[in-house]
Amino acid sequence: MAQDTLQVRQERALTETIRVAVPERSLRHDLRAASIVWRRELIRFRSDRLRAITSLVQPILFLFVLGTGLSRLASHGLPSGVDFQTFIYPGVLAMSVLFTSIFSAASIVWDREFGFLREMLVAPVRRWAIVVGKCLGGATVATFQGLIFLILAGVAHVPYNPVLLLTLVGELLLLSFTLTAFGVMMAARIKQIQAFMALTQMFVLPLFFLSGALYPLNGLPAWLTVLTRIDPLTYIVDPMRHAVFDHLSISPLAVHVLSPGVTWFGWAVPLGLSLAMVAAMGVAMLGIAIAEFRKTE
Amino acid sequence: MSQAIEVTRLTKKYGEIDAVRGIDFEVAAGETFGFLGPNGAGKSTTIKILCTLADPTSGTARVAGYDVTTQRDTVRRNIGLVFQETTLDSYLTGEQNLRFHADLYGVPKAAFAPRLRQVLEMVGLWERRSNVVATYSGGMQRRLEIARGLLHAPRVLFLDEPTVGLDPQTRVSIWEYINELKRREDITIFLTTHYMDEAENCDRIAIIDHGKIVALDTPEELKASIGRDRVQISTADDQAAIRALAEVFGAEAAVHENLVTFSVESGEHFVPQLFARLPVAIRSVSVSRPSLDDVFMSYTGKTIRDAEATIGERNRRIATRFGRR
Repeated sequence: MAQDTLQVRQERALTETIRVAVPERSLRHDLRAASIVWRRELIRFRSDRLRAITSLVQPILFLFVLGTGLSRLASHGLPSGVDFQTFIYPGVLAMSVLFTSIFSAASIVWDREFGFLREMLVAPVRRWAIVVGKCLGGATVATFQGLIFLILAGVAHVPYNPVLLLTLVGELLLLSFTLTAFGVMMAARIKQIQAFMALTQMFVLPLFFLSGALYPLNGLPAWLTVLTRIDPLTYIVDPMRHAVFDHLSISPLAVHVLSPGVTWFGWAVPLGLSLAMVAAMGVAMLGIAIAEFRKTE
Repeated sequence: MSQAIEVTRLTKKYGEIDAVRGIDFEVAAGETFGFLGPNGAGKSTTIKILCTLADPTSGTARVAGYDVTTQRDTVRRNIGLVFQETTLDSYLTGEQNLRFHADLYGVPKAAFAPRLRQVLEMVGLWERRSNVVATYSGGMQRRLEIARGLLHAPRVLFLDEPTVGLDPQTRVSIWEYINELKRREDITIFLTTHYMDEAENCDRIAIIDHGKIVALDTPEELKASIGRDRVQISTADDQAAIRALAEVFGAEAAVHENLVTFSVESGEHFVPQLFARLPVAIRSVSVSRPSLDDVFMSYTGKTIRDAEATIGERNRRIATRFGRR
């Protein structure tokens, strides 16, 4: 850099003295901090189109390859007029946000490794603002991901009904939020990206397979019935499937066979309770994550 | 506020390990204060406590007039931090990184734009503000971090190894910016460094070793306190030379940077006697006036380069791990 231009720049900077008085901390300030943490997730997602595309590969494989391949076999067990792809669509939709949500939380581990987490943790803001911003950011990004997959609904013979689409988006947001909170809670403790990835991989597939995303929840062996009822994902896949089947023109009997709802010892769990449980879990894990990040040496 | 930093009987234990064993010092407002010490001497722990990233086990520390444990947020609003490791988001632009910082620190929205321009021009990055940080060189990234540390107009700026891992020209330019900053902003600078020539830029220096402050004064006073010349010789047999130096001259010598090193009262008068009376062949001799290196060595028993070697190794390890730089 030429010496004189440096001099000129410095002289110019010298003449204008900008007084900055950083105000006392307030709720507004914390919200502003949460908002910028949230916006950062969006900025990074926008610049990372590759991630948006690659995260779609797995759900598309499930829906089209597995869905098509198994459809002939499955057609014997399906009431007429219902496609196997239609049946698994809600579950695969849930899956499309599963990976993105948890990988959004992984960015905390990256931020720690590359030092950026420190920039956030030394700021004069409440830790909750950072953790909430991060969770909402991850949830938003994952829901966008789900929206892309939602465009493919027609291919699986799911109608583009505005009420249905809005319901699904709302449920995706709830699911993404809870999953991101889970990821952030883990990221608070796990400091190495490899360990984080390995551990989440270990959780993700069992969560998916036990959720009833690929099969109806009734008439299962006792052990599998118990496991599906323990899987938190079950309580979001069921309402999503319920929403889809409400908008299909098929017989009530077929709906009952394919979307029997979650039962506890014969008691049908109301949809509202299912959704409330998922939300409560999300909030609880968010609370744990905040408490973890509050600790100092 | 009379003192920018006041530290009183500060200690920090990690389990059984005493990282800091009761240190006291004060830094006046507007001062540039150098904090030096070998690795593991308690340097980073002290900085962490002053920046509110760790709680002291006992004792108190006040920064910008506020207690680091009971008034954590107020301290944080009044300090700027530049860490050894980069803490930028390389996927964001320079301006986006600074905007993020402004929102986290609650910089008033009206003040942001002019202040952004001021700090970016100060470090010569205004033209590059819309570029993604990943495209910046190491020196530019460090300058951006300094600009970010200044954005919220802190009263005390902490620079932890501000030039580590940078080439010599970049180091010089970073120091031009720091000196410029001292001239312009009403700010106290607390810095650590491994480069003794950089420590000369400080108004006062503290040397910490084994968790205690072993020396604290201006660079001139510290050098004067050593008062002896340093002699370094290259010999055919270093161990024999060390023994002979002890027997013949009563000088305490050790190998540093592959040279037998010791200090004497008057170097130029000593050298002729050395050739006459040392029973080991001498290949080369150098005599130097006391420098901060000697000060550091006389208080810690290590040259700063011995201490630095481990840092360099660590950085290289990190670099290979992430495949950067």
